[in-house]
Amino acid sequence: MTATVSRKSQGGSFVSLKTAGTPPITQSGPKRPAGTLYRGREGMWSWVLHRITGVAIFFFLLVHILDTALIRVSPEAYNAVIGTYQTPIMGLGEVALVGAIAYHAYNGLRIVLIDFWSKGSKYQKVMFYVVIGLWVITMLGFVPRHLINVFSH
Amino acid sequence: MTTTIDAPRTPIRPAPKKGVNWEKWGWIYMRASGVVLVVLIFGHLFVNLMVGDGVSAIDFAFVGGKLSSPFWQWWDVAMLWLALIHGSNGMRTLVNDYSRNQTVGKILKGAIFVSAVVLIVLGTLVVFTFDPCPAGAPADLVASFCPTS
Ligand code: HEM
Repeated sequence: MTATVSRKSQGGSFVSLKTAGTPPITQSGPKRPAGTLYRGREGMWSWVLHRITGVAIFFFLLVHILDTALIRVSPEAYNAVIGTYQTPIMGLGEVALVGAIAYHAYNGLRIVLIDFWSKGSKYQKVMFYVVIGLWVITMLGFVPRHLINVFSH
Repeated sequence: MTTTIDAPRTPIRPAPKKGVNWEKWGWIYMRASGVVLVVLIFGHLFVNLMVGDGVSAIDFAFVGGKLSSPFWQWWDVAMLWLALIHGSNGMRTLVNDYSRNQTVGKILKGAIFVSAVVLIVLGTLVVFTFDPCPAGAPADLVASFCPTS
């Protein structure tokens, strides 16, 4: 049994509570159902990325609190652990980390707008591309400067 | 063959009729803390990775300088509490979504809860009991404002 998909929604509207669970509308148009807000296309992929980045940041945060706690042990202990963050490989890892955080942050604001702004779900696709655009700008500002800091010291 | 599909977002357990609706407050918390975290985390990343020599300038003396000011102490503690509660509540959602076994789910959620509590306590203690000029530390490793002995 397939989920009901309203024909006009190219990612704009929800499956309504009333139609979910009823037999599918016979489709004469496209063979493959178009996406809904959370199924397929921008709506789903933004969520997949949000989930993956959220988990990645969470595990980094666990480690990051532990390494920062060494500041309470001794200057030598802290400098030893922070030194590992200043290597080229970790420098590239920090690019990935900042990329994950920036995406999660901007898309998180998009989620808030979808939930609280009356036009939020209408513009959810546009807002996804705004998220991507802001992410690119952020990374253009961050990556060159960070890599210079990492590789010139 | 007929299959009944629940309406989207039908809760496994309906919200309690009286008392606090914790799931609702969790949902609100994710959004409220998220908005504040954007400011706290972007500020944190900017000061530590963009200003000056970025990551290669971070050492005990740098952090000592920051954490000797109440402004950064409270910034870091707010970030610690908000991010850990937000992150562990988010991880709880993932366990609810993916774990198929009640016992495994309970163990995972218990582990998430315990690690969050331990790290919040640890991080808070570190920020507020930290001494930027520990006695006997070599002068070249600590902040420049430390008295030279
Ligand atoms: C930078 C600011 C942040 C914003 C704006 C933000 C926003 C959000 C929002 C709106 C949600 C969705 C909650 C829901 O659907 O009920 C969410 C989920 C989540 N966040 Fe964040 N968040 C931020 C930072 C963080 C941090 C620092 C962590 C890790 C410690 C984190 C980990 C997660 C996780 C694991 C989820 C669950 C993902 C899911 O259910 O698919 N977030 N975030």
